[in-house]
Amino acid sequence: MLKTFNLGGVHPPENKLSKDKAIEVLPVPTSVFIPVAQHIGAPATPVVKRGDEVKVGQVIAKSSSFVSTNIHSSVSGKVKKVDFSSDSSGYPKEGIFIDVEGDEWIDGIDRSTDLVKEISVDGPEIIQKIQDAGIVGLGGATFPTHVKLVPPKGMKADVLLINGVECEPYLTSDHRLMLEKADEILVGTRLLMRALNVDKAVIGIENNKPDAIKLIKEKCKKYNGLSVVALKVQYPQGGEKQLINAVTGKEVPSGALPIAVGTVVSNVGTAYAVYEAIQKNKPLIERVVTVTGKGVSKPSNFLVRVGTATSELVDAAGGLPEDTGKVISGGPMMGRAIPSLDVPVTKGTSGILLMREQEATREETMTCIRCSRCTTVCPMGLEPYLLKKLGEKQIFDRAEKERIMDCIECGSCSYTCPSNLPLLDYIRYGKGKVGQIIRSRKK
Amino acid sequence: MSITVVYTIVTLAVIGAAAAVILYFVAQKFKVYEDPRIDEVEEALPGANCGGCGYAGCRAFAEACVSASEMGDLNCPVGGNDTMSSVASILGLEAVKQDPRVAFIRCNGTCDHRPKTSTFDGATTCAIASSVYSGESNCQYGCLGYGDCYDACDFDAIVMHPETGIPEIIDDKCVACGACVDACPKDLIELRKKMPKNRKVVVACRNQDKGGVARKACDVACIGCSKCFKECPFDAITMENNLAFIDSDKCKLCRKCVPVCPTNSILELNFPPRKVKPAEKEECTTT
Repeated sequence: MLKTFNLGGVHPPENKLSKDKAIEVLPVPTSVFIPVAQHIGAPATPVVKRGDEVKVGQVIAKSSSFVSTNIHSSVSGKVKKVDFSSDSSGYPKEGIFIDVEGDEWIDGIDRSTDLVKEISVDGPEIIQKIQDAGIVGLGGATFPTHVKLVPPKGMKADVLLINGVECEPYLTSDHRLMLEKADEILVGTRLLMRALNVDKAVIGIENNKPDAIKLIKEKCKKYNGLSVVALKVQYPQGGEKQLINAVTGKEVPSGALPIAVGTVVSNVGTAYAVYEAIQKNKPLIERVVTVTGKGVSKPSNFLVRVGTATSELVDAAGGLPEDTGKVISGGPMMGRAIPSLDVPVTKGTSGILLMREQEATREETMTCIRCSRCTTVCPMGLEPYLLKKLGEKQIFDRAEKERIMDCIECGSCSYTCPSNLPLLDYIRYGKGKVGQIIRSRKK
Repeated sequence: MSITVVYTIVTLAVIGAAAAVILYFVAQKFKVYEDPRIDEVEEALPGANCGGCGYAGCRAFAEACVSASEMGDLNCPVGGNDTMSSVASILGLEAVKQDPRVAFIRCNGTCDHRPKTSTFDGATTCAIASSVYSGESNCQYGCLGYGDCYDACDFDAIVMHPETGIPEIIDDKCVACGACVDACPKDLIELRKKMPKNRKVVVACRNQDKGGVARKACDVACIGCSKCFKECPFDAITMENNLAFIDSDKCKLCRKCVPVCPTNSILELNFPPRKVKPAEKEECTTT
């Protein structure tokens, strides 16, 4: 019997259309827009101005506090302007526009593909380098990685979990990365282990990727303390708390961080970025993005420079199909629809999903019939129908008592609702308001 | 048989009398003094419990009035000056006259003026839509049209226009309680001074983008050109963040700003139609 998490979960159709497509390097675009807030925490402060010449890997926006990170130029060329442009929400966000000229990298970056296995740096230095390289959690949450690696006082990690679950339907970027860069990921894992001072790491992979499980298991034999756990396919296993539960059986208490049960979770993409930052001296300037969808003529996995417009990726995958109803940044469960193809790829973009008109239309909503399916599938043990009502009626004190802040916004409730209620929309709204109330109380 | 009935009656009477005595003393001991004027003031208020005064209902407002030493900012927008003067006379204070106000929605971005660029199909409330998304057009400041203000209005003073999808305020029903102002996540609704015959001269736009961007998103957007600002003889117009604003307390309804607006974003409402200047007569050509 394969392991999985103990509470709730759904199993949507997997639709991993691009799982056999090797990662292609997307040509450098002619211009990029690099937002300064691509991570959770304070936005970085731009340090370049109009007309400046920049090279690939140069810091263009500096981290402004501990929970923040640097932004590097992903291209070489001239800064066109530092201005606002709409992001995936349609609201303008500050960022740096660069017109590309050539492809000149700053000195010191090792661009060869040779594997560097020997680890020559110690823990604190690794963390410092991760912070300098602007690495954030590449699973989608974009939490600055260096913050995770410094446990709060009195807490200690004893196991590192590497998240190779990729439970979102359609997405295959982590899967391909595991197949093509297995050794690099494992060296990256060793680096993270050294930074955390732990001697055990477990890589969790869902059972729908047997090739990756086999390959990584094989490679793990060469490294000390690494092991692989195959997991039953169940959404949202890629959620931090779900993965911890699935692999270790431990439960993270409400409101606490994974470190409370002695674990730290990192994505395979993050492990690869850590490898590149430390062994190759290369900051986080590109990532693997899956471009997929049932109407897409060439579903692909691309290695893309941060700041590339979505339209370039769509063109490379065979263009925008005529019957496209929605373009989603991320997966179908947690991703968000984008209002324009000018929205750039950021550090957190794991996929671009083009949904056909008939798939994208929401069905007519009806009243709640109290079937309690949402309660059954909620992986956090919440009562989504109740939280929805509390958000709708703006009863925020009760919502807080009902642990609305524990919601991981996985969307299982909306997915399963037979009345097609947009439960998560209301819950997310309530969560935002309760979060505001909690923050104002702390002040 | 009959003796049982007598005993029962006597017992009940004794218990009743004892309870009455106990209750009397308890009531004396734990008596809470309440100013009788609170009831009187509450009686004089409209009883809408709308919260427009800033208190949690008419009772709370009445308590605040009774404990206040002067009327000052205390104002019931629903009852208006009449109610406030009767409240003041109950309390022996001097009433402060307040200008009646009326709500106005500062967006005129109807479908023909503001082209749709995307479609939102999530939960249909303005609060949620604006928290995830800037709106269906390229104007991130404009009305979303899901009717949170309509839901908030207790006085049936807001209707959603079936064609434009933008709410409209029925001036005669609006009591300026401000519920819609709080409900609008885009901060479009303003309480303006009520003018005779509900006349208004207003900038029906909140777009703070630069002119070109604003114009592209909406035909009737304020582009911040400052022409109205220069035209106004009463300094009623201020320019801030590429947006003109007409202060209703200073505006004298001269309407000079309306024709100079290049995008027609200034509206004149409830005025009689302007006299159209007769076209100049063609000069007779003499041979």
